[in-house]
Amino acid sequence: MSSRTPPLSSSGLRGPHPRWIGAGLVSARRGLGFGALMLAGAALLLALAAPLLLAGLAAGRLLGRSGSPANFTVVPGGVPQPAGPGEPLGRQLFLAALIVLAACVVWLLLLPRILLAIRRLASLTRRLVGEWCGVRIADPYLPIPAAVRGTYFQQLRWLLADPATARDVLWLAVNACGGWILAVLPAGLATVGLVEFIGPTTRPLVAIPPPAFPGNTSFVLILLGMGLIALGLGSGPAMLAGYGTLARFMLSPAGHAELALRVRHLAETRSEAIDTGAAEMRRIERDLHDGAQARLVAMGMTLDAAGQLIDSNPAAARALLLEARDTSARALAELRDLVRGIHPPVLADRGLGDAVRALALDSPLRAGLASDLPGRLPAPVESAAYFAVSELLANVSKHACATQVWVDIRYADGMLRVGVSDDGRGGADASRGTGLRGIERRVAAFDGVLALSSPPGGPTAVTMEIPCALSSLKTSSC
Amino acid sequence: MRIVIAEDLFLLRDGLTRMLEAHGLEITAAVDNGTDLLAAVTSERPDVAVVDVRLPPTFTDEGLRAALAARRAVPGLPVLVLSQYVEQLYARELLAGGSGGIGYLLKDRVLDSAQFVDAVRRVAAGGTVMDPEVIDRLLLRNSGDNALGTLSPREREVLGLMAEGRSNAAIAQRMFITERAVAKHTASIFLRLRLQPSDDDNRRVLAVLAYLSAEQPAARE
Repeated sequence: MSSRTPPLSSSGLRGPHPRWIGAGLVSARRGLGFGALMLAGAALLLALAAPLLLAGLAAGRLLGRSGSPANFTVVPGGVPQPAGPGEPLGRQLFLAALIVLAACVVWLLLLPRILLAIRRLASLTRRLVGEWCGVRIADPYLPIPAAVRGTYFQQLRWLLADPATARDVLWLAVNACGGWILAVLPAGLATVGLVEFIGPTTRPLVAIPPPAFPGNTSFVLILLGMGLIALGLGSGPAMLAGYGTLARFMLSPAGHAELALRVRHLAETRSEAIDTGAAEMRRIERDLHDGAQARLVAMGMTLDAAGQLIDSNPAAARALLLEARDTSARALAELRDLVRGIHPPVLADRGLGDAVRALALDSPLRAGLASDLPGRLPAPVESAAYFAVSELLANVSKHACATQVWVDIRYADGMLRVGVSDDGRGGADASRGTGLRGIERRVAAFDGVLALSSPPGGPTAVTMEIPCALSSLKTSSC
Repeated sequence: MRIVIAEDLFLLRDGLTRMLEAHGLEITAAVDNGTDLLAAVTSERPDVAVVDVRLPPTFTDEGLRAALAARRAVPGLPVLVLSQYVEQLYARELLAGGSGGIGYLLKDRVLDSAQFVDAVRRVAAGGTVMDPEVIDRLLLRNSGDNALGTLSPREREVLGLMAEGRSNAAIAQRMFITERAVAKHTASIFLRLRLQPSDDDNRRVLAVLAYLSAEQPAARE
């Protein structure tokens, strides 16, 4: 449960105000923003409930004509009017049913739009709650299957099947029924204090009578007004935080939705990990087959030929033996490159810090490394991070036109953070090219994330975060 | 010349022993782990220790650490480290002492026994022998260096051989040029890289390696 203090800034407010007044004003403004969102939500709720309202309206009119109007005069928009004289009740009923039916069909056709609008509003609320209240709310929606986009029924089914849809609607209702008061109260209190209490005593723009109670002198009214304003502004941040908490309670993913999202994420990353693993195995097999294996066969044949020539033509046999030696050297070199690509020896020997240091030493760029790892990471994480850094460094030297690159490796709170930044020309885009996407996939297999910042003109900074545990304490080298 | 070998794979240990003995070198001990190496070098005081990087029990860089420990136990002990891979990082750690008598070679180099034995002898004599692959990668990494850019291809070749720890005579023989020509090239190289010229082969190697592997500070602003 993270509810850090809201990021309130009193920017735009000048002069020697105490901090709390600035914070209170900002909270009040944000609260009014949430109030506006509530109004939009209420409108959407009405749209969602349109058939019910319509049916009620129709029934009200019919029953109003048939004799008990008093009960139904309150139906919104429905002003009971006596039906035209002489029309039979059956015909009226039929017409009303027809109208309601037609309205329902239109409503049904619009339903996905309404639900999507609700979803957009809820998403906006989540974002604003994150920005204004400092309460982060995860997105609860199931991902959209590619096929859904177009057809009406699929879209509707997908929307209705997602439990988050019902929760969004519930939120709108709760918000409209009273949640908004929490958000708007600070601004409201301040306004009441200003308009109702202080206003009448000074120079009222609008003639508002001062509240009538015993002892309502100007002094007392101003004091009370100031008190209300202070209460409103002072309680603003806390109220806003409360609203944020309420919103998180209502809008964050429900238990099973969270599980469903997790399952989907795991299934995706698992199949990607398996695919990458299988592709890697095929590459290794091919490399061995075309490289070292072929060279060993050639060497065997050369040695055999040398054996046959050794008596008849020692000089030729000698040449063949030298050739066999060269072939074995090449096979060794190829195996070495292959192993480097599978699991670099320094990584196995020394761990991520020194392995990246070795990478930096080999890089043609000027590379600065800051590594702060209190122990060894789990081998798969180490390997993923190493190859990610390796690829990023290669990217930098290939594309960035950079002269310097910095690698920063840190471990804190169960999270490995690796940053690679350069002073190049920027403009890197994860959606183009497979390099960054591949790194992202590799890191995602460990529930890690990759963030890229690369404005045109540079600089580029890539940050990876991989949750993991430290497996063993560092053993001092040498 | 008396040699101690530390190599955990029997086949390679045996092969190394036979090869070095065939070239008239004496193997006083052939061990298969770091602890025994330390005991052997302190008791036998060999002229040089040939050590595999990967040794039990961890099979990581145990041999490297054992070699450095051996040099601490027996100051000035020449050590030739063999590995399936060469890493600049390890080369740097070996050279950190800066006192010579250090070799770092790919295991592949044993395939050419004459050159390998030559390397063993040079290390035993207090020379510094770096694998050509280390040098190649250092040169590649520094290819953007302005001073290196001014070197002629011939001079770069001399620089590479020099960094491998070869004397002027050996370089001359390798490049089919006269020793005088090599001397001219080396003088030019030292001038362009602003290094202190030296007639001592080993100090010369260390200077070149220090230049090539100099940590270029990548300072954040």
